[in-house]
Amino acid sequence: MAYEAVIGLECHIQLGTRTKMFCECPAEFGAAPNSNVCPVCLGLPGALPRANRAAIDAALRLGLALGCEVRRESVFARKNYFYPDMPKNYQITQYDQPLCEGGALPVLVGDEEQGFDLIRIHVEEDTGKSFHPEKHGDRRVSRVDFNRAGVPLLELVTQPVFRQPAVCAAFLTALRRLVRWLEISDGDMEKGHLRCDANVSLRPVGQEAFGTKTEIKNLNSIKGVEKGLAAEIERQRSVLEEGGRVEQATLLYDADHDKLAVMRSKEYAHDYRYFPEPDLPLLRVSETWIAEARARVPELPWERERRFVGAYGLPAYDAAVLSQDRALADYFEQVVTTIRPEAVSRSAMPDAGGFMIVTTPVSPKAASNWVMSEALGRMKARGWSLAEWRRRVSAASLGELVRRVESRAVTGPLAKQALDAMADEGADAATVLARPEYQVRGGADELLPLVRAVIEEYPGPVSQYRGGKTATIGFLVGQVMKKSGGQAVPQTVKELLERELGGRG
Amino acid sequence: MSISRDDVNRIAELARLEIPEADADLLAGQLSQVLDFAATLNRLDLEGCEPTAFAPADAPLRDDAPDGRRLTPERALEGAPEGEDGFFLVPPVVENLAP
Amino acid sequence: MSDALWTLSATALAARVRSGAVAPEAAVESGWEGPAARWESDVRAMVAVDPVARAAGAKAAAGGPLQGVPVVVKDNLCTTDYTTTCASKILAGYRSPYDATVIRRLRAAGAVVTGKGNMDEFAMGSSTEYSAYGPTRNPFDLARVPGGSSGGPAAAVAYGLAPIGLGSDTGGSVRQPAAFCGVLGLKPTYGRLSRYGLVAFGSSLDQVGIFARHVGDVALIYAVLAGPDDCDATTRRAPAPDVSGWAQGVKGLRFGWPANLWQAGVDAELVEGLEEAAAWLEAAGAERVRFDFMPGEYAVATYYLVATAEASSNLARFDGVRYGFRHADSPDVRALYTRTRSAGFGPEVKRRILLGTYALSAGYYDAYYLTAQRARTRIRREHEEAFRRCDFMILPVSPTLPFRLGEKTEDPLAMYLSDIFTIGANLAGIPGLTVPVGLTAAGLPRAVQLLGPEDAEPTLLRAARALEVHGDVARLDGRHETEFAWPTKR
Repeated sequence: MAYEAVIGLECHIQLGTRTKMFCECPAEFGAAPNSNVCPVCLGLPGALPRANRAAIDAALRLGLALGCEVRRESVFARKNYFYPDMPKNYQITQYDQPLCEGGALPVLVGDEEQGFDLIRIHVEEDTGKSFHPEKHGDRRVSRVDFNRAGVPLLELVTQPVFRQPAVCAAFLTALRRLVRWLEISDGDMEKGHLRCDANVSLRPVGQEAFGTKTEIKNLNSIKGVEKGLAAEIERQRSVLEEGGRVEQATLLYDADHDKLAVMRSKEYAHDYRYFPEPDLPLLRVSETWIAEARARVPELPWERERRFVGAYGLPAYDAAVLSQDRALADYFEQVVTTIRPEAVSRSAMPDAGGFMIVTTPVSPKAASNWVMSEALGRMKARGWSLAEWRRRVSAASLGELVRRVESRAVTGPLAKQALDAMADEGADAATVLARPEYQVRGGADELLPLVRAVIEEYPGPVSQYRGGKTATIGFLVGQVMKKSGGQAVPQTVKELLERELGGRG
Repeated sequence: MSISRDDVNRIAELARLEIPEADADLLAGQLSQVLDFAATLNRLDLEGCEPTAFAPADAPLRDDAPDGRRLTPERALEGAPEGEDGFFLVPPVVENLAP
Repeated sequence: MSDALWTLSATALAARVRSGAVAPEAAVESGWEGPAARWESDVRAMVAVDPVARAAGAKAAAGGPLQGVPVVVKDNLCTTDYTTTCASKILAGYRSPYDATVIRRLRAAGAVVTGKGNMDEFAMGSSTEYSAYGPTRNPFDLARVPGGSSGGPAAAVAYGLAPIGLGSDTGGSVRQPAAFCGVLGLKPTYGRLSRYGLVAFGSSLDQVGIFARHVGDVALIYAVLAGPDDCDATTRRAPAPDVSGWAQGVKGLRFGWPANLWQAGVDAELVEGLEEAAAWLEAAGAERVRFDFMPGEYAVATYYLVATAEASSNLARFDGVRYGFRHADSPDVRALYTRTRSAGFGPEVKRRILLGTYALSAGYYDAYYLTAQRARTRIRREHEEAFRRCDFMILPVSPTLPFRLGEKTEDPLAMYLSDIFTIGANLAGIPGLTVPVGLTAAGLPRAVQLLGPEDAEPTLLRAARALEVHGDVARLDGRHETEFAWPTKR
């Protein structure tokens, strides 16, 4: 029997607002325990919540980016359950009538862009943190810290549209990119700023009805999601193949051991008794606010990717790498503006600020290569953020470097060295390339004597070339390069050699 | 509609209350009495009556800026039945029932 | 006797203190030296008494319209200088790190918190018999209840400990004890007084309420306390109605007379009180409009689903983790919760938590909670409809005169039905004012209730003033007159 997995994801995005969802405590990370608390987020008697406009705004922007329907009036609700990290033993969330419904996230799966449908996005508050029990004299106790209690969360629920763990991983990667792109969260799964639970069921291929689903929690990394889901699918498959029934359960994934553990719970323990939060009025979002939030949603990552492919002719791979991060995409685009301003449509162009208009048409692909391989590679090696890199190598400066390489004013290898110097010193391309060691001996008159000298010195390879072994030219080019101290442009040398050798033999 | 003593026990568990055996029947009776009385609402014509959304809807949302209500850890822990090094202490969670 | 500071209205007392004629300490201590010394050990209105705290409060009294005025505060309002226990074991010894907004506003106006008043545990009750610290007794008859849940502040204001009391009213808990203790009791329009720092019972119903012996004092306190609060999203943004015209009289006002409500089941002497009040109002120039009004049973049914549902959630935070009582030696957190809450809550609180949990539970939400919220809309509309025909309504506060201790505690439903005239105002979010109208032949306080549409506080106060002036408000017998020194006319 062939089974197909049906997976739905429930993601929690911790927002990077300054203050918490329902009080003005700082929502910062890493403070001393219970130092970012107040009567409201500690659940003291008599305390009352007040909703954070910035958190709603972030939810709006995410919903608009994903094409959701935004409710003009949505309802806050209480979800009632007891747990030590819950200051009020109820969570303020949204149940019926959430802020956003529908929508979809486009994700590149292989070569194809697919849209994964969402059910809803709503706003809620995070819990505090309770730690594993530890010895305390002759007892065991758990420590509880409420710094995180009340931090704003967005809960995003997908339709059960996934069939493969790897695609779920791609979805999460795309979601992480989006929340960073919109600057609503850093989406860091290791820090718990992006969390994912999954619902998994199996059904025989061709069957419409869903099988019994289980819930998987504690998927703490993108890799963990993929492996945890694979493990559960496998587990369910074994059960079914042995003629058993999958029981509804909640399982915790242990990434260290790649194992799933069932959480025991009584059936009715999860009666949350949702009801509308009486301490908060209806959440009203006006047309003006929506329009205004929409205007603050920038060109979205997948739109940027499509434009890089369409307008610049970049391969999909390049477009994806360059669009992994908005600042990087902007950087790349600014480099392109330097070297080929007419390639950038006016409306999408970042402030060009006095870049030199270049008449030599240099392909955006060249810029892409330099950004993707050379710039990113060096950032990684030095452990620099893009912001740090830009401080030393501005888009204009890199653009100038690329332009000169393409116009053969400097050789590739030398340009790479120059880039190192630019990065380490923070000097711009023009300054560095003016130095003697970067002068190209590129003129035919300079190179011709060297070319002729090499032809004379290596009759063997020359006759091989003339005899039809065209690859030998590489060796000859290398010798000319040596003679030129590396300061010749290889393509120019090759052309000269070919001419002198009279074309192919 | 009446509440049985099983109902009482189930709800008591949801509310983290322990109802002694001896009291369960009495309580079931008293609660049933109130709920039966509450059933008189079914006699009311509720045509066109949507559930009340009570809070006056004109309160503005809050700015995303800190203010003076924050407590120091010392004050936060002042009333704590058990606290140490800035943390509240509780007995261990046995069944993992966090949703 | 009648020169003693404790006999003065808050308005008059503050004027004396502001003029420098009287020190705030003297203003505050007068009630303790005189009336409290005589009454408190019998009445037991107070749960937190702290001479040091009140002296400090007096010393720090700000200049303002309430300078030096002592206020008895119900023990479910958070105060930094006294414990706040809600008369429950589960909050024994609890010290709030912050003052409720209404307390801050009182202090900013110069008032002094003179102590915390007894109440039914977590405001759940109509007699103050459900306090974990023992009942309060009615100063007019120590064998009878002062009403509830704000019995402590009502009784304390009645016997003269302070001219002002603050309580809370969720289903009548200010208006009913005011009636039982012969004082004025105002429940404002929902959203007019901040709930920040009021320990929540029924969030969509709770309002802080005001006790006083003079209409002018009610107006003064209202003016100081009412208005939007950034800490409470359920407060109304628009400025509170202006009550400075409380002495304007009732000429041209129309009052509703829903006599169908008291045809049966209301004590004859209370009905007499209603008739007298109506006559006084007419004599003062108001017009009586007769009509039938929706019986209160529906309101009671609705209330005991909505209020208990909200309460079951509001009281979940009392779990022994962060503050309050914690049951010792719990092996795990679940046991901690269950043992702490079972030992810490009294029987009425547990009953209501169970009721509320049931009303919200899976499978019952629609039949109970949702139906109740729809009924509530209906009840609101009935009230709105009635107020198209009149400017305010007059009706009983309670079906009975103050009952005896122990009389209703065996029958929860009977206790709940005693709220039959007060609950409607909480469900509709409208203001209600208890106005005392003298004593019965046996010396028990009688009162009537005035009800108005949203923001009708100015109208209610005008009507109350008319009763205060034209009626013989404190028809006290000789004994009470000397001991209470109640001013009969102003």
